[in-house]
Amino acid sequence: MSHRSFVWLCLLPLAVVTAAFFLLPMARLVVTGAEGPQGIAGYLAILTEPRYRATLINTVVLAAVTTIVTLVVATIAGMFLQRHRFPGRAVLIAMLTFPLAFPGVVIGFLIILLAGRQGLIGDWSNRLFGEKLVFAYSIYGLFVGYLYFSIPRVILTIMAAVQKLDVGLEEAARSLGASPWAVQRDVVLPALAPAFVASGAIAFATAMGAFGTAFTLATNIDVLPMLIYTEFTLAANFSTSAALSVGLGIITWFILALARSFSGSTVAAAG
Amino acid sequence: MSASAGHGAAVRIEACGKTFADGTRALEPATLDISSGETLVLLGPSGCGKTTMLRIIAGLELPDAGGKVLFDGKDMTSVPIERRNVGMVFQSYALFPNMSVSDNIGYGLKIRGVPDKERAARVAELVALTNISGLENRRIDQLSGGQRQRVALARAVAIRPGILLLDEPLTALDAALRDRLRGELNRLLRALGITTIYVTHDQAEAMELGDRIVVMQKGKIAQIGSPREIYFTPQSRFVAEFIGAANIIESPLENGHLVLPGGRQAIGGDANMPAAVAMIRPETIRVIEAGSAPLSGIIDSVSFIGDRQRLVVSGASNRLLTVDAPNTVQANAGERVGLLISPDAVRLLPPED
Ligand SMILES: Nc1ncnc2c1ncn2[C@@H]1O[C@H](COP(=O)(O)OP(=O)(O)OP(=O)(O)O)[C@@H](O)[C@H]1O
Ligand SMILES: [Mg+2]
Repeated sequence: MSHRSFVWLCLLPLAVVTAAFFLLPMARLVVTGAEGPQGIAGYLAILTEPRYRATLINTVVLAAVTTIVTLVVATIAGMFLQRHRFPGRAVLIAMLTFPLAFPGVVIGFLIILLAGRQGLIGDWSNRLFGEKLVFAYSIYGLFVGYLYFSIPRVILTIMAAVQKLDVGLEEAARSLGASPWAVQRDVVLPALAPAFVASGAIAFATAMGAFGTAFTLATNIDVLPMLIYTEFTLAANFSTSAALSVGLGIITWFILALARSFSGSTVAAAG
Repeated sequence: MSASAGHGAAVRIEACGKTFADGTRALEPATLDISSGETLVLLGPSGCGKTTMLRIIAGLELPDAGGKVLFDGKDMTSVPIERRNVGMVFQSYALFPNMSVSDNIGYGLKIRGVPDKERAARVAELVALTNISGLENRRIDQLSGGQRQRVALARAVAIRPGILLLDEPLTALDAALRDRLRGELNRLLRALGITTIYVTHDQAEAMELGDRIVVMQKGKIAQIGSPREIYFTPQSRFVAEFIGAANIIESPLENGHLVLPGGRQAIGGDANMPAAVAMIRPETIRVIEAGSAPLSGIIDSVSFIGDRQRLVVSGASNRLLTVDAPNTVQANAGERVGLLISPDAVRLLPPED
């Protein structure tokens, strides 16, 4: 067997899986999206129909804010955890990564315990200000849930990247007069850029598509996965839910590609 | 010291020891004065504390309590490195991968808020000085090892530091390039007149570059002196053996003579001890006719090195004796030869421990 045909043979399982689980259902989805009463214009409805458009914007903003806040929190925490040794460090890392195993339902449950009608925050705010603060059943609850969901993942990636940082670079920058802030700006953050993009992409995609948490919190939160669900099960509107699904996929894919090409240039520059 | 000396800072290290958090005693309390414009080399085997001492001077490590670092008489012990105005060249070079060559060189100036035009002029000056013209816009991963070394040096010097600290800057390079860069570095350091502290474990580098050499052993200063002093008058067996080749002879003493299996060898000065540890450099031993010599032995082996030949002689001393003879001397293994050593070339060392 020539080397070439061997490589082709190895590609066969990939080709089968791609066709069976990816290409065929995707093609069907795309076709279904255009089979509604409006035909192919059904796709346009995602943008023209005010309710759909608002939901779409809501989802993207929520995912973007989740990603940014996650990156900020996880970078600071990950850097600290990787660089400092203190009693209880191992326990803290284990605790932070514990939620990795939880499905969205459990995350939603935790949010309700925290900020629901009988939640801790409501309890305290009631005692302190005489008013119950409840936000679990809204997009804010969902936001906290997504943070809870993505921070552990991102922290692990950042910690691995921080470990690989060359401390010599930071020392060199300092010897040249750079303040701690300047060292972060000019040396550390550029070196972490690839990790930001990789882990940020996961956080973003998760926040765009996660369903379990939203579903546990409330059925009327305006995010795309919920919209797809209600169109699909309650309204039996197959074509619209298919069109929305395709739209969700394309938008997420497009934003991730954008981030990757942007980081591609900085990664190349970082050698 | 070079003619342009004077803008370098004088450094004083006072009782600086270093014990790391895990209990490793990397440096015994040491006191050291480095005058303005001087090039001081820290020399010693791996793990003897050279880098630790350099990092204490740089401000990257804090000395143990009681230790002090002074620049021009000012106590700098608690001043962080970013405010010490020291230039540093790291063994790994530590060039910023996300910046071009000229951005690397200009980084310290940018941090100091030097205007673009002035900065560009200074960068151009250093590019010319370090011979890297044409590479200004390259990325760091597009440079060879020797080029990286020059960029690292240019970057450290760009900020006009009072003190330049170099940690084995040539170790990562191959031998031929290392020799060439060593000469270049030497001229550059003398021209700049910055106080320089240079860490190496290569004695040839130390000899060529150092105004003075500090030989270190297991966290202690073994000897401080000019390259000549260190070479000709080592104060311990460790220094004698670490610098250059040395024959170490342990022998009884009798009337100012070492009593050896192959004869007697006069020593300089008078030593009233029953026994001595002596050092004789291989190149101070002359090969003569066996008959007339006070000391003789049998040639074990001859290796021709080019500019000289190295003989190993047995039977003269209680151990094999290494002799560097001119390449014109006829010598064959198995022959008996006489060895002529000037009494001044025999250096008595303090008995070990
Ligand atoms: N951060 C640290 N923690 C604990 N021990 C350390 C630390 N840094 C260095 N040491 C130890 O201190 C001793 C001196 O180290 P140092 O780096 O100063 O040696 P060196 O002379 O520069 O050696 P080399 O020529 O190999 O670079 C070594 O035994 C080393 O293992
Ligand atoms: Mg070292």
